[in-house]
Amino acid sequence: MHGYSGKILHIDLATRKTWAESKPEKWYKVYIGGVSMATRLCWENIEVGCDPLSPGNPICVAGGLFAGTPVPVGGKWGLASKSPLTHFIGDSLSGSWFAIALKRAQWDGIVIHGASEEWVNVLVDDGRVEFRPASHLLGLGTYETEEAIREELGDDQVRSATIGPAGENQVLFANVTNDSRQAGRTGHGAVWGSKKLKALSIRGTNGVTVFDPKTLLELSYDIVDAAQGPHTQKYRILGTVSNVLNMNRLGLLPTRNYQQGVFEHAEIVSGEYLHENYRVKTIACAQCPIACEQMSRAKDGPYAGAMSGIEYESLYAVSSNCGIGDMQAAIKIIDVCDRGGIDTMSTGVTISWAMETFEKGVFAKEDFKCAKYPEGFEPYFGNAEAGVTLAEMIRDREGIGDLLALGTRKASARVDAERGTETFKWAMNIKGLETPGYDARALKTFALGLAAGTRGACHNRTAAYDPDIKGEVDRFSVDETRGELAKSTEEYAAVYDTLPLCKFIRRCFTGKADRAGAWPAIAKLINATTGWDFDYDDVDLIGERAHTIKKAFNIREGWTRADDHLPWRWQNEPMEEGASAGHVVTEEELEYLKDIYYEAKGWTQEGLIPREKLIALGMDDVAEEIGV
Amino acid sequence: MPTSTSKYQYITCDPSKCMGCQLCEYICSYIKTGEFNTYRSRIRTVRAEEVLITAVACRTCEDAPCVIACPRDALTQDRLTGIVHVDANLCDGCAWCIEACDFGAISINPESKLAEICDLCEDEEDGPQCVKWCPKEALELTTPDRRAQKARHKLAVEEVLAR
Repeated sequence: MHGYSGKILHIDLATRKTWAESKPEKWYKVYIGGVSMATRLCWENIEVGCDPLSPGNPICVAGGLFAGTPVPVGGKWGLASKSPLTHFIGDSLSGSWFAIALKRAQWDGIVIHGASEEWVNVLVDDGRVEFRPASHLLGLGTYETEEAIREELGDDQVRSATIGPAGENQVLFANVTNDSRQAGRTGHGAVWGSKKLKALSIRGTNGVTVFDPKTLLELSYDIVDAAQGPHTQKYRILGTVSNVLNMNRLGLLPTRNYQQGVFEHAEIVSGEYLHENYRVKTIACAQCPIACEQMSRAKDGPYAGAMSGIEYESLYAVSSNCGIGDMQAAIKIIDVCDRGGIDTMSTGVTISWAMETFEKGVFAKEDFKCAKYPEGFEPYFGNAEAGVTLAEMIRDREGIGDLLALGTRKASARVDAERGTETFKWAMNIKGLETPGYDARALKTFALGLAAGTRGACHNRTAAYDPDIKGEVDRFSVDETRGELAKSTEEYAAVYDTLPLCKFIRRCFTGKADRAGAWPAIAKLINATTGWDFDYDDVDLIGERAHTIKKAFNIREGWTRADDHLPWRWQNEPMEEGASAGHVVTEEELEYLKDIYYEAKGWTQEGLIPREKLIALGMDDVAEEIGV
Repeated sequence: MPTSTSKYQYITCDPSKCMGCQLCEYICSYIKTGEFNTYRSRIRTVRAEEVLITAVACRTCEDAPCVIACPRDALTQDRLTGIVHVDANLCDGCAWCIEACDFGAISINPESKLAEICDLCEDEEDGPQCVKWCPKEALELTTPDRRAQKARHKLAVEEVLAR
């Protein structure tokens, strides 16, 4: 077998036993890598129905098919566990060297079972596993932890995935971080913290071989070349932050906890403004010829010196969404999140929930007492210092940060139960995962994609905003085409998330990002790497299979049709201003959208998967367990 | 800060352009070993801090300290090109050359335990493959003198524009 070692490494933190598991080639052809393989490993190794923060929830790492080769943007890896935020599948991707070290250590995946009694750093040194004490690393930020481990081992090629203080404190949306990149969103950091796993380090020294290196190099060279042209211009020059002004124009820029879609200070939190004033350098993940990370530094004022990579999804969450028209404060909040190891989007949206809860009189100044402000502070929208302080309090679970560390769904439920309030009405989440930077009240295909999302409100797993924003459909209404569109866009995304390849390369194969443009080229890359005989249909199936194993996981954990929901606000409160004013997704619309989506997927009306469907996808054993 | 005094050509990296993708390492290791393995690359990317990124390969020093340091005379420098060659029969992997190199540009092959040094892809028709592949044109085959010429040119342009 080329492209794979054929071996999965199992590590039990409680017994300190390790063993290798061989997988047949057929298994790899179905699950490939990235989020699909990570989810499948979680399916195989979890104690069904377990508490996500209990030893029965495994940490499942999956490599990338193209990691360690010159295939552009193939240096990525997948991570899956049951999410403590959603209690469904938490599948994440991260990029850069860690993925390549894993490949060179010759493991296709790693499953970490049980929980350790003492804080531990697990070092995978090619074929050898070492359990290293880690209590001296506690309290260190994510970047610092990686550096400290390299220093300790005297090897600057050792790569580590780590948690920061937020993961140690089991903040439910804590991240796992490697090489300044995050496996974000669904709270992997809390799962690692619950197992006292501070870091997973890898030293991989072996070379990577592929089936046909000459062809792979030729294909790669052309893609590298195309990646310097207009197809990636948006990412290379301004980065994803160029979305701020576009979304504002469309009336979709989440503002003050999604009360508005237009932000009066959008200009000064825009990508253009960032580029002009605060950008230091644009950097890349390992193996990426595009480079999109806009490293930016606060120059003066109270946050001078703070530096972080600024992405649109981080920026909207901590700026417009909190009413904060201050780029340097945004850089600082993102810096606090990245070093502390918390998800910027969930942090921003949870802070905006707290701000609205304060402005509506449920929280008072005294609720915000902390060491820095012993009398408390007033977190009204636009209070930048409150934003920074709340991010720090969440990271440390200090004061009200302990409540906010639960995310908007659990925090609002607790407040409403204790105080008889209705703060859930502005708790912006789906399945417990906080919503992304596009207001879905006026993007109705996207609303369906998010509602149906297997990991909750995630813009990365469904690309259904695409037909809405491009005007291929009327974004303000629903019709019979949307079920198929939601299916097709989520499975498109799942192909990239499984190989994994970064989606920013999607136009560089042939100039066209659609399936016809990309799939034949991706099939050639797969075949040159593995020696397989994949064609267009095989590539297309990667996405459907990936999405299906995630859905199957959720079904087995108790998913029902009612879990495909939208935040109360998007269904009941239209916005008053801007190009998207006056719209909500009604209950009737949502139920209709779910009907036609399940139909398009070939599922039952209840959203369950027929046995024959699973068998046709090569998932016979999954059919046994959850097929209907 | 050590600087090369070489009259010879070597590969230089412009840190303002390098964004850390490591494609140079992939291509180098493949050309030299047939495998993709950045441990086996003769050019190495360095990320000193998040935004401080560059790549380092042999600077083809004149009177190269590595050649002088070698106790077994396994290293020889080509008089015309400055390329340092390693004689596999003489090298015993003692690593004195590594210690002698101010640039950290020499490494030991983990399998053969012999020293490996950039040879500017002298066997490749189209020259150094890392330069060919670098997506940001950060790598360049140059000499100190040519760099100085460029610096003077840049300065002149800036001074004219400033008027």
